[in-house]
Amino acid sequence: MPHLPVLKTYKLFVNGGFPRTESGRSMPIEDARGRLVAHLCRASRKDLRDAVEAAHAALRKWSQATAYNRGQILYRMAEMLEGRADEFVDAIRCTGARPTGRSRLAPRAEVEAAVERLVSFAGWADKHQQVLGCRNPVAGPYHVFSLPEPTGVVAVIAPDDPPLLALVSLVAAPLCAGNTVVALASERNPVPAAVLGEVMATSDLPAGAVNILTGLRAELLEHVAGHREIRAVSAAGVDKAQQRTLELGAAENLKRVHVRGAQPSDSWLDERETAPETIAPFVETKTIWHPSAG
Amino acid sequence: MGTSDAKATAAGSVGAAGSTPGWAYSPAPETTAVAIADRYGLFIDGAFVAPRSRRFFETVNPATEAPLARVGDAGAADVDAAVSAARRALPRWSRLRPSERAAYLFRIARRIQERARELAVLETMDGGKPIKESRDFDIPLAAQHFFYHAGWCDKLRYAFHGETPRPVGVCGQIIPWNFPLLMAAWKLAPALACGNTCVLKPAETTPLTALRLAEILDEVGLPPGVVNIVTGGPETGRHLSLHPNVDKIAFTGSTEVGKAIAAACAGTPKRLTLELGGKSPNIVFADAALDQAVEGVVSAIWFNQGHVCCAGSRLIVEESILDAFIRRLEHRMASLRLGDPLDKNTDVGAINSRAQLDRIEHFLTCGEREGARRHEVNGSALPTRGYWCRPCFFTGVQPSHAIAREEIFGPVLAVMSFRTLDEAVQRANNTPYGLSAGVWTDKGSKAFEVARRLEAGVVWCNTFNRFDPSSPFGGYKESGFGREGGLSGLRAYVRTDRSPARSPAARTTKSPGNNPSKRSRRGRA
Repeated sequence: MPHLPVLKTYKLFVNGGFPRTESGRSMPIEDARGRLVAHLCRASRKDLRDAVEAAHAALRKWSQATAYNRGQILYRMAEMLEGRADEFVDAIRCTGARPTGRSRLAPRAEVEAAVERLVSFAGWADKHQQVLGCRNPVAGPYHVFSLPEPTGVVAVIAPDDPPLLALVSLVAAPLCAGNTVVALASERNPVPAAVLGEVMATSDLPAGAVNILTGLRAELLEHVAGHREIRAVSAAGVDKAQQRTLELGAAENLKRVHVRGAQPSDSWLDERETAPETIAPFVETKTIWHPSAG
Repeated sequence: MGTSDAKATAAGSVGAAGSTPGWAYSPAPETTAVAIADRYGLFIDGAFVAPRSRRFFETVNPATEAPLARVGDAGAADVDAAVSAARRALPRWSRLRPSERAAYLFRIARRIQERARELAVLETMDGGKPIKESRDFDIPLAAQHFFYHAGWCDKLRYAFHGETPRPVGVCGQIIPWNFPLLMAAWKLAPALACGNTCVLKPAETTPLTALRLAEILDEVGLPPGVVNIVTGGPETGRHLSLHPNVDKIAFTGSTEVGKAIAAACAGTPKRLTLELGGKSPNIVFADAALDQAVEGVVSAIWFNQGHVCCAGSRLIVEESILDAFIRRLEHRMASLRLGDPLDKNTDVGAINSRAQLDRIEHFLTCGEREGARRHEVNGSALPTRGYWCRPCFFTGVQPSHAIAREEIFGPVLAVMSFRTLDEAVQRANNTPYGLSAGVWTDKGSKAFEVARRLEAGVVWCNTFNRFDPSSPFGGYKESGFGREGGLSGLRAYVRTDRSPARSPAARTTKSPGNNPSKRSRRGRA
């Protein structure tokens, strides 16, 4: 008797669990030949709010975890991703919507790069403070130092391609510094992001520290921009109109907005993607003064 | 030079005229004569020019209401001329040998020091602040800012983790009236050090020291167009922040205007840094050195008449010492000398403008109407002319009261209490602002625990209102983004991405929408 394949229904990853969208909506994902591969949730504004609430609640625990501990958890994520490498290769391949041309990444290479990216940011967790912070030689009897502190809840808007590596890069940078994240996956190929949620769920990450939504960018962008608990936005593959939407909404509570335009898929392999400049937009410099003489 | 600042207020004088107990001080007026012209034009392309708008406005001495001068009111055409001059000056200035750029900045620092007394008197006349503050704080620190940043010019390539920094381009800089020359230095020095050219808009009520600075720039031979100074009101600021040929806006002022600028810049390639309002908490634990804490609270709220964006305007005292602390504070407040800002013994000068005095009085009424109790020393009569407000504080303040939530920008303190460390931190962070905070305790671990948990860009432990060019300053949350001072402050004025710089001749903005490279535009700019 032939086996009838079980089509997996991917759900959202919010607060450490896998809820369906409260809206009940889903999006079909098809492969290159138009065959149905899976159904994914089409997240709503309410789902976004729930995710932000979870991220906000997780902030204290994650930001106050030791830097060493955060580094270990990011490394654990790399281990879990490596262990499911084949599944991620399939997830990247599963749609026919990937761009063609010289800049496209081979799925296997993309997965390997994503593993390496997590390892790299695992290392940054207890090092960026020394690169981005300093002691200030003020003209007076004071001990004064400036430290990078997490900004808070960071919203990540991932580009369409590369669906795994870009998302992992955009999430890992703020995460390693102690921020919590609400990420909106690639719209064209959200399957790797949905699988990534399963990696996160098994990496000792506190519930809510990373939340992953799948859905339509056009539908959610404005709500991300206007949400008052979101303190910073990291968005890639953004066109001018989307940039304006984000920055206009951000002006209401003075969110920090870091946007990138379209970029070739292979540029995500660049070593600059692990530079401290990728973390810098998602930390606040706090300067502390204390008298140093009686 | 520099950080000995707020002692000017804190160390203060004892026995103010008319208050209990004490002696009357003889007048000790600063007598340096300062020549002020009847009329000032705009400083564009290296020369003072008449405003094309043909409009002038009056700047007055807030302590006497006497007119000091008429100053050009820059219109759209004037701002455009200034931006064009800055654009033309950019290629040469940005490619100048770094040590040569440094030489200009060092010279500016020296000239400010040489003309310090004149600048201090002018600052006090135009803005109303006590001469001892302008003399010992504003002007020396402004010189120090140029000196510090001069040294960065030839070291930028070592500052950004192997990235090669390039200038941002033409910077539009809009500054407030509370520290006029110092804010000009905060804005200009890092911008120039990084090879940018500038259009500076001083505040409407305090344009005179910036115009003196223009004379200094001319004296030191700064190439024309590198710095342009356009005086005017909010309209002038609006023209500048909306100008399509400006690459970066740096604004210091109210959160309300900051948000409007952020919205106006949305979707444009302009970079933005904002240093905005605050409602900063000052937390005093029972184990603090109380006399020192009282001095700290005095300097936190009554320095510069409370016209300080990072003023410690919410005092949060541990309940067990609340009554004793209030008594000490009342006693200390009684010794503050309010009066002629040019008198060297004056602690509290004039309120900067009629409009600001109205705003402060509105909050005083609000405080009483909402049920808080106002503590004020009514010893001496206020001068009959000028804008004056006695230092005061409110007790019985609820976190929901307007005087506990909104930035007053005057010598008005809201006092509240707490029982546990958690409650202190929660109260302190219960504000959309996040500029500064103070913590007073003799226990080191407690100071650092609280400092870590406070959402504020600057935390002063057992001190308050200290500033230094090497030390970053700027806010969390709705107090703005970006830092000024130190290495962090340079970030606002360099680009380290790979996107092509705008052609110096460009007349229209270029959309980087399809630019493949990274663009870091907001936030930690």
